[in-house]
Amino acid sequence: MTDIAPHAPAPPASAPAAKSSTELLAIAGLALVLAAAPLAAYPFFLAQALCLALFACAFNLLVGYGGLLSFGHAMFYGSASYLAAHAAKVWGLPPEAAILAGTLGAGLLGLASGALSIRSQGIYFSMITLALAQLVYFIALQSPYTHGEDGVQAVPRGKLFGLIDLSNDVTLYYVVLAIFLFGLFSIYRIVHSPFGTVLKAIRENETRAISLGYRVDQYKRAAFVLSATLAGLAGATKAIVAQSATLTDVHWTTSGEVILMTLVGGMGTMVGPVFGAFVILAMQNYLSTFGQWVMVIQGAIFVVSVLSFRRGLIGEIANRFKISL
Amino acid sequence: MMKRSLAGAACGLMLASAGSLFVSAALAQEKTIKVGVLTDMSGPYGDVGGAGSTVAAQMAIEDSGMLAKGWKIDLISADHQNKADVGSNLAREWIDQGKADVFLDLLTSSVALAVNQIVKEKNKVALISGAASSDLTGKACSPNSIHWTYDTFSQANSTGKAITKAGGDSWFFVTADYAFGKALERDTTTVVTANGGKVIGNAMAPLNNADFSSQLLQAQSSKAKVVGLANAGADTANSIKQAAEFGLTQGGQKLAALLMFITDVNALGLPAAQGLEFTESFYWDLNDKTRDFANRYSKRVKNGAMPTMVQAGVYSSLIHYLKAVESLGPTTDGAAIVSTMKAMPTDDEAMGAGYIRQDGRKIHPVYLLQVKKPSESKYPWDYASVVATIPGEEAFRPLAQSECPLVTK
Repeated sequence: MTDIAPHAPAPPASAPAAKSSTELLAIAGLALVLAAAPLAAYPFFLAQALCLALFACAFNLLVGYGGLLSFGHAMFYGSASYLAAHAAKVWGLPPEAAILAGTLGAGLLGLASGALSIRSQGIYFSMITLALAQLVYFIALQSPYTHGEDGVQAVPRGKLFGLIDLSNDVTLYYVVLAIFLFGLFSIYRIVHSPFGTVLKAIRENETRAISLGYRVDQYKRAAFVLSATLAGLAGATKAIVAQSATLTDVHWTTSGEVILMTLVGGMGTMVGPVFGAFVILAMQNYLSTFGQWVMVIQGAIFVVSVLSFRRGLIGEIANRFKISL
Repeated sequence: MMKRSLAGAACGLMLASAGSLFVSAALAQEKTIKVGVLTDMSGPYGDVGGAGSTVAAQMAIEDSGMLAKGWKIDLISADHQNKADVGSNLAREWIDQGKADVFLDLLTSSVALAVNQIVKEKNKVALISGAASSDLTGKACSPNSIHWTYDTFSQANSTGKAITKAGGDSWFFVTADYAFGKALERDTTTVVTANGGKVIGNAMAPLNNADFSSQLLQAQSSKAKVVGLANAGADTANSIKQAAEFGLTQGGQKLAALLMFITDVNALGLPAAQGLEFTESFYWDLNDKTRDFANRYSKRVKNGAMPTMVQAGVYSSLIHYLKAVESLGPTTDGAAIVSTMKAMPTDDEAMGAGYIRQDGRKIHPVYLLQVKKPSESKYPWDYASVVATIPGEEAFRPLAQSECPLVTK
């Protein structure tokens, strides 16, 4: 898309000559690795990591391809998580219906919050999303359905479509993998649709897109809702995997973490956020013995990665080989 | 050819893993116990449980005398960062990878509730010392867990009853505006009115509030005899410090913290905390046994702190668990161990004699303490005097009111 924005600042990894086929290959490779992963790693951890990875990908759709930095994405992840947990536990819905309910709920929230926040630009947009997310956080803290700081616990995993028993961690992992790949592929399709092309044009040069006759606000709002819905899919799945929905899911630190994951992995790359999510999670897991130093180490890594490889891990690789990943 | 050798390798691998399964099954029959301490190492409750809980568990292992009898007891600990998902991940991992048969401490209710459920599913044991929610022996009770040290009911009940009976018959609450704070206020209100007192009013403060002046001024102008602080952690510390600045206790009002630990008194300092009444299930300076336990503990922790009731509870619960396992012989059947623990009376240096009820509630006396004036404090950590001792049967929620399905009524 650089042809319409020759002076774009720090172009994210999508090099001009890049073909989307390398992205598909990268997704396929990732799928293969992930399919084999339970042999080497703990499936329950992997399943949770995939939920966060999907969340990061959904966030990346907005920031990487739409150029909209939301500081409040945890509101979609968290509210979907709560909604799915409530649907599965209190309403007794099967897992697929609970996940669907959570996802749609997040989509509706995205519609409402998008309508408000898209009116502003730049840092003001970010701040409004943060404010809305805090609003959602305090609703989650107070509402009788969310059980305050105890969260919704003991969410039944149930049977998918009444057939597949999700209580087995390995089965669960493959179901989550399927959901994750569905989400990732949807993002791929969105990015490479005419809609996605316009979105990238808006990212590169909004004024020019307006002058070409595009109603940019509508495009941005649509991207916002899509991103929110996919973040909701991730959150709702997480509620079934972890069997709980807690305040952590809606807390602003979760919004911050997803930004970290996306930037470390590579903003505006297809598989970058997935790697970012795994890197951050692995760090949190293996460094947990350092106590509060985890935050310091995380911060240091963030600073180093922003200073030395600005495009993120995958972004730098993509740029080096002039491919799109 | 290639295929065959691959198949051979696969068979070999399967045989090897099957073999290792047998080996590990055989090992389980040996005298091995795996203890996991899951606590907050870095967050706001790090002093209440944290590294001190690990020390307490280590002391229990040594004091049990089982090492000399040929038992092998492994201790593992981790920081759950007060996040239910981190805690449940760790618990699952430890169980699935055979690293822990019993979970200790479990500070923060959300973590305890999450781990409680996993432990039940996998038939291990949870000995909850750090968490407050009385749901753990109510709706969420489990044949695999024991709620050891205290709960929201006992805190509210003990403090509320003792102070009201001692003449503090009008109350004003400063309440943390979330589930825990509201539960504490509700439970205390019930106790206060049942004992002939009345609640004049309340003021809500958001979680992690920095400025309590509005709430404290309301409390002061209410002229209530007792100001109840239905909050925890940093909120309690902040509200107490600011109450001292406003001269609440000097004005004749009594300050009652509904959940507070001895380490909080240490952090606040006696000038700010003096006169404050709070409830604990353990105080280090109670008798010779507790002093002995506390001094041994104090020598092993970094800052020489005395144990909190949570850490004492970790010690006490592990001692009892080890006794039960010793009497049963090598087993990892969590439900069987817990039912043995319920059948045996408890007795140890830290928490004295007691017993465990059907619903998994450990019963022991609870102490209403008052923070000393700086002039009364004679030696390090001489912070409180015992105002009243409440027998366990009165302190904890009666079985008749329990929502626990394990209770046969």
